[in-house]
Amino acid sequence: MPPDVNSFPRLAPGCRLNEKSQQQRMLLMPERALRLNGPSLEIIERCDGKHTVQQIVVDLQKIYSKAEPQKVESDILGYLALLHDQRALDFT
Amino acid sequence: MTAELSNPLALIAELTHRCPLHCVYCSNPLEMQSRSNELSTEVWSRVFKEAAAAGVLQADFTGGEPLARPDIIDLVRAARTAGLYVNLITSGLPMDEIKLGTLVEAGLDHFQLSFQGAREDTANEISGTKSHAQKLRVLEWLKQQRVAVTLNFVIHRRNIDQLEEMLAIAESSSATRVEFANVQYYGWAFANRENLLPTRKQLDRSVEFLKREQERLKGKIRIEFVVPDYYAKFPKPCMGGWGRKLMLITPSGDALPCHAAQVIPGLTFENVKNRSLRDVWEHSSAFQKFRGENWMQAPCKTCDRREQDFGGCRCQALLLAGDAAATDPVCSLAPLRPEVDAILTGMNSAPPAEIFVKPSWLYRPNPA
Repeated sequence: MPPDVNSFPRLAPGCRLNEKSQQQRMLLMPERALRLNGPSLEIIERCDGKHTVQQIVVDLQKIYSKAEPQKVESDILGYLALLHDQRALDFT
Repeated sequence: MTAELSNPLALIAELTHRCPLHCVYCSNPLEMQSRSNELSTEVWSRVFKEAAAAGVLQADFTGGEPLARPDIIDLVRAARTAGLYVNLITSGLPMDEIKLGTLVEAGLDHFQLSFQGAREDTANEISGTKSHAQKLRVLEWLKQQRVAVTLNFVIHRRNIDQLEEMLAIAESSSATRVEFANVQYYGWAFANRENLLPTRKQLDRSVEFLKREQERLKGKIRIEFVVPDYYAKFPKPCMGGWGRKLMLITPSGDALPCHAAQVIPGLTFENVKNRSLRDVWEHSSAFQKFRGENWMQAPCKTCDRREQDFGGCRCQALLLAGDAAATDPVCSLAPLRPEVDAILTGMNSAPPAEIFVKPSWLYRPNPA
């Protein structure tokens, strides 16, 4: 189920980024780790409980202005839903 | 070999073999290390740094009971400071609410609480100690802490019919993840196998139940389920492949490719007291022994699944086939699969009444 665009995603307890000094940024969580590339890192860095889903979409549409805005939005919603199913995100 | 060698991803740190519980399926070896042989805080701290530098992402603190180490807080802090994600796999005792808070403050990321059952009598019988009530207290304390919580139910014949009650415990807690892990048959569990292996009927019912619950709890609790591989068609990819992802350090510092590797005759293990972790990973003969595919026999060596399950478990091959390089006998393609089927047939035709009689368990004792 896609998240409510007005909710505030936040990394769940025990889910966090590895240290900035590490070459490959990763999302660490119980029993697994996700490799983060450009856009996925941009998204995760904003899952701090202070950005709404809508704000994250707008931010990423600016950063990736050459991409189709609709596509950016649907990719983000899909990614957030996936992380929610893995219990890496809470929405408030 | 070295050029294509991957990094270890997780370090399993068996901090001690001491434990207040005496579980009849304990994964510790039959011969345990005493306290006087345990690695110091300083050596473990160096190992965590070396692990992070070698590419390890996660440290799994286990034992025995890791909380039995008086320096557990320092070890959590050292691993976290080294840059590792810190998992604590624990029975929840000995611990109080203050110690829990200190562990989280020191950088603990993930608290994995093991359960021996959903009911006090079953749980206490299996663990050979009164431990269940304390676990329920720990669950209450965990609600106040910002830490990931997994409940780890170890499943076997005598508690597999309690899954619904187990899940109810999970749902009333702050857990986001529940493991229903069937006992794997090595060490103490191998010795107690005939009283632990579930029946086919029990297993089928449990799989059906958990698939339904996985769907119902989607987005709330992640349910993971490990079937007993005696009932599987293909073997488990044990440790994600020998010397491929994981490294286990025993309480005395020996570096093993898996929990049970010491049962395999002829392997020599390096010790982290005098070798660096990367050196061990790259050069230890025990890690080389079953790495890759060159050691494989038929049918593994030409099997399409050899990159998925890596021939299964080497220790199980030794225990059931008498040859650590054989195809894991639980595989339906293994020449020795009929022997596993014979074990299951014998077990499934046993009279069902024995569930009400307490078996004569072989309890795991505590090392000196």
